[in-house]
Amino acid sequence: MSEHQTAGRRMRPRRLGPVGTQAFLVAGAVVLAGPFVWEILTSFKSLTEIAQIPPTVLPAEWHFGNYADVFQALPFGTMFGNSIINALARTTAQLLLCSMAAYAFARIDFPGRKLLFALFLSVLLVPAQLLVIPQYQIIQGMHLLNTVPALFVPGMFSAFGTFLMRQFFLSLPAELEEAARLDGANPWRIYWSIMLPLARPGLMALGILTLLWSWNDLLWPLIVTTDTRKMPLSVGLASLQGQYTTNYPVLMAGSLIATLPVIVAFIITQKHVVEGIAFSGSKG
Amino acid sequence: MADTVPRTSPVRRAGHRVPSAPARPARRRRTSAQNPLWALVFIGPTALGLAVFYIWPALQTLYYSFTTWGAFGGHTWSGLDNYTELAHDPEVATAFVNTFWYAVLGLLGIPIALTLAAALNGPGRRGVSTYRTLMFLPVVTMPAAVAIIWRWLYNGDYGLINYLLSIVGIQGTHWISNPRTALACVAAVGIWSTIGYNMVILMAGLKAISPHYYEAAAMDGAGPVRQFFSITIPLLSPSLFFVTVLSVIGSLQTFDLVYVMIGRTNPALPQTRTVVYLFYQKAFIENDRGYAAALAFVLLLVIIAVTGLQFRLQRRWVHYE
Repeated sequence: MSEHQTAGRRMRPRRLGPVGTQAFLVAGAVVLAGPFVWEILTSFKSLTEIAQIPPTVLPAEWHFGNYADVFQALPFGTMFGNSIINALARTTAQLLLCSMAAYAFARIDFPGRKLLFALFLSVLLVPAQLLVIPQYQIIQGMHLLNTVPALFVPGMFSAFGTFLMRQFFLSLPAELEEAARLDGANPWRIYWSIMLPLARPGLMALGILTLLWSWNDLLWPLIVTTDTRKMPLSVGLASLQGQYTTNYPVLMAGSLIATLPVIVAFIITQKHVVEGIAFSGSKG
Repeated sequence: MADTVPRTSPVRRAGHRVPSAPARPARRRRTSAQNPLWALVFIGPTALGLAVFYIWPALQTLYYSFTTWGAFGGHTWSGLDNYTELAHDPEVATAFVNTFWYAVLGLLGIPIALTLAAALNGPGRRGVSTYRTLMFLPVVTMPAAVAIIWRWLYNGDYGLINYLLSIVGIQGTHWISNPRTALACVAAVGIWSTIGYNMVILMAGLKAISPHYYEAAAMDGAGPVRQFFSITIPLLSPSLFFVTVLSVIGSLQTFDLVYVMIGRTNPALPQTRTVVYLFYQKAFIENDRGYAAALAFVLLLVIIAVTGLQFRLQRRWVHYE
């Protein structure tokens, strides 16, 4: 390969020559992002056009009607709203509650702290399917089945979020709050006015991860909602598929509507998302 | 104010137990007396939420696994019946075997992610953030949508994959309704949607490796391949271990992809059904909740065993600096 041309520039190992590496990266990007291009193109084609062989790349005629069909088949607009409420409620609650608990675990000495923290950690190990039957019964007992709060109430609390934020607080120097403490500030003021502003990168990481999980979650909302007007988009998509089994243009339009907000949000905040993922990888 | 500053750090390091300067014993004692109450204020809400929605349900599921549920919701104690029934249920055995394959095949994504991360990590590489964004898209996309997109690509009659294969003269099949190919196809989508995540974690790990190691190795005459296996892999092993553990735990809980890609009427369902899918079916479609609870518990034990085994094996290959 063209190793010789660049070898003099810098001594650093490469597994592939620049051309080979570049080709590999392009291939990787095509395989990983290409399906989305095909999704978008298909969503504008007619049902007869997608059955052509060889397939057309660009739609011969742009069919915007597939998007209207999605909203006709299901209350997709309402589902969209449900997804937003669900994601925001879970995220707001977790940012506040997890950071509060994490602050206490990181900075306040109290009897039984280690034991309680170990109990929190044990929750981390328990997979969702072990919890959903009793959780379902609790929600049923609260008369919340088939309501939007059913989607987010259990997800407002998180052992993972507490753990992540605790690791973050532990990495912050204690001098600032020590000075405030000696000035007579109470723990709440120290937490709220000193620690939270310092913890912004950690909060960002937790917030982004929680938004993402809440938006994409399927098993829990599938269990607690049977009424289409209370479903989030993930369950909505599954039922759209039940109705339009092989009408792929409509299914692609629905998939695009359901994922576009997250993809746009990701592209805008991608630096933070990637840092957040890397952070949770090193601390989680 | 000025006289308090130097005192702060020794106090903190000793955890408030340093005999305090005689000037302010009262205040310090009051602060520590308040601590348990403040801890309650801070931790109380999350502790209560976790107790009600996580810890208590886990214990309740354990109890349910020893009960049999009637058609109308009542349940009676039945000891180990569910577990003995599980052990002899061919459907359960198949679900565990399928799940095992998802976990094993899922690991194939890690070398791919590592190669991509290494390629992106090269010096002077252009467009790193564009590549990273494109490759991360599958990670942020909801699995339900991913499943629908791939059903279309895999479609036997008009799918893009079969068309591309036909160009090179290969006759494709109905990938996800063919019992022989369905599981591998679902697993491939699982890999596709996690490569970006693993890549980002591994890139962070690669960045942390000091270039001096490579310079020293190059001076000793080690070629790129040798360097990769003698420097990159050992120094990256904590990150590799992390993504391996997460990948296996994630695969063992596969549900969304199978639920949306493989419909209830798909002939390949028995060959693709995972333990969590079977759990969902037993608990919320057949209302056989005691049996489902036992199934969930066995899965938890499997997850703990497999993860424990990985932690045991890590001593052989993971190097912490």
